[in-house]
Amino acid sequence: MDLDIRWPIGLLFSAMGAALAIYGAFFTSSQKIWRFWFDLDLWWGVAMLIFGLAMIWGASRASRHG
Amino acid sequence: MHLSWIDYLIIALYCAFVLGVGFKLKKSMKTSLDFFLSGRKIPAWITGLAFISANLGALEVMGMAASGAEYGMLTCHFYWLGAIPAMLFVGLAMMPFYYGSRAKSVPEYLRLRFDEKTRGLNAITFAVMTVLASGINLYAMALLFKLILGWSIHATILLSAIVVLIYTFLGGLTSSIYNEVLQFFLIVFGIFPLAVLSVMEAGGWHGMAARLPAGFMNMWTNLGHASSNPMGVDWFQMVAGLGFVLSFGYWCTDFLVVQRALAAQDMNAAQKTPLIAAIPKMFIPFLVIIPGMAAWAILPHASFMVHGKMDYNMALPLLLGRYYPAGMLGVGITALLASFMSGMAGNVTAFNTVWTYDIYHSYIKPGQSDEHYLWMGKVATVGGVLISIAAAYVALQFGNIMDYLQLIFSFVNAPLFATFLLGMFWKRTTANGAFWGLLWGSIAAGLHYFATVHGWISYRSVMAGNFDRAIFAWTTCFVLTIVITLFTKPRKESELHGLVYSLTEKPTYRHLKLLQRPMTLAVIVIVICVALDWMFR
Repeated sequence: MDLDIRWPIGLLFSAMGAALAIYGAFFTSSQKIWRFWFDLDLWWGVAMLIFGLAMIWGASRASRHG
Repeated sequence: MHLSWIDYLIIALYCAFVLGVGFKLKKSMKTSLDFFLSGRKIPAWITGLAFISANLGALEVMGMAASGAEYGMLTCHFYWLGAIPAMLFVGLAMMPFYYGSRAKSVPEYLRLRFDEKTRGLNAITFAVMTVLASGINLYAMALLFKLILGWSIHATILLSAIVVLIYTFLGGLTSSIYNEVLQFFLIVFGIFPLAVLSVMEAGGWHGMAARLPAGFMNMWTNLGHASSNPMGVDWFQMVAGLGFVLSFGYWCTDFLVVQRALAAQDMNAAQKTPLIAAIPKMFIPFLVIIPGMAAWAILPHASFMVHGKMDYNMALPLLLGRYYPAGMLGVGITALLASFMSGMAGNVTAFNTVWTYDIYHSYIKPGQSDEHYLWMGKVATVGGVLISIAAAYVALQFGNIMDYLQLIFSFVNAPLFATFLLGMFWKRTTANGAFWGLLWGSIAAGLHYFATVHGWISYRSVMAGNFDRAIFAWTTCFVLTIVITLFTKPRKESELHGLVYSLTEKPTYRHLKLLQRPMTLAVIVIVICVALDWMFR
């Protein structure tokens, strides 16, 4: 395939995850945090970022090998 | 609900990526095969995720949460009974003919196996149904975002149609498939926290059971009689209507899903496409149905009212508003937006293929160059989007007419599986038998619906009527095709190689490791599926 699908998935999830995590760490008002007793934006953002980076890692490994 | 700048940023990121993928794929669209079938070179895990994602539109996601709120665990039958067996069947038994015959579409297979008129009937019904479905999807999306976010209906319809148009125009089926895979992950990441949080707030599984009506937590033990469960159906209607006719009719013959498998890189990948899809499919009830049940358990029932009427479709949006802070809300809305848009893209790419190969190429302008058909595919993409927009506006004007049409179309496909079953597994089946059986099967569904609307036949619930209608239409087609076949002349066997089970060489995978064979995957899926049914019996 001319474009490995893991690139767009990886880049999009990294960007979204990073935006969400930064927003959660610096901007979230405490308004909705009570429901989860943790900052959902921050931690789910980190989870999305990790998923995104894993996809990018997979794509770059595949392109190096062949 | 109110969106803040971070939510809009996340939505904008998504739109930018989707368009970027389209532009990136543009240069690989050289022939019509690239545009309509991704050049048949996509690996199985991607076509597999696209296969399930094409069916995981926003209407399904919200509708399944709604059914969860209305009927409870019975809704899981739409997955473990109404999808998995059919997905295994299409992968193991039917794919050798679909992929092996090199047909480019479902209608083209019908022409190879039967004749031109059977293909014409199926191609035209499918093309009309698909653009209407695309329009209804667009309309539902605009209404939802108007209701929960206050977005302008015209702006939502036009902007999303333009984004879909650009990326399908540039990247064809590949663009559509890539976006479906993207959407699959967005739905998972956008809805999973919702499922966990809502069940936790309801007090876990047992806490939820205590707050819901009796019969909500079981799938089988309450199916003995139609009066003993909230759906108003009995086990026969469930198994024969949903589990057999509707399910096999959709998963095995609907070109929208089959097209994904036809884009696979080889026979093994094509067979594995629905099998790989079956694995996430089995777990989607936990993502969409159970939160719907939790919503019904924890929220005041009055909050489901829209314009004075009970609207179960609000289950998912209500939970989004309840749990998600700014930021996460953007991810949740993007997931819904993505599934509306990729639903539309899927319809448009299936439409342009059937239009170009099965209608334009066969009846309007045969014998042109490949370049000409690639050009026509692009024109059909623009046309498909324009008709979708028009259909969305018609739906806005006359909501009821669209509901009516959509219902009718959902039964037109029911008899088609009888045609395929006989065509693929009984070599004597003749073209005339198939054509008249199919036509009268569809008419039978229409008549049955007409009789239900006028109260000549009555059912305990709409669902029970749907299941019975499907069984009726299927049986009509099946019996009629057999009877007419017995009175007409069969085709020569030499013409049916690769099209009929008994005259086709089965693909063998002896040379592959056990884990790489389609059958191994199918066995794993069956074991998990039966275990899930047993757990929630």
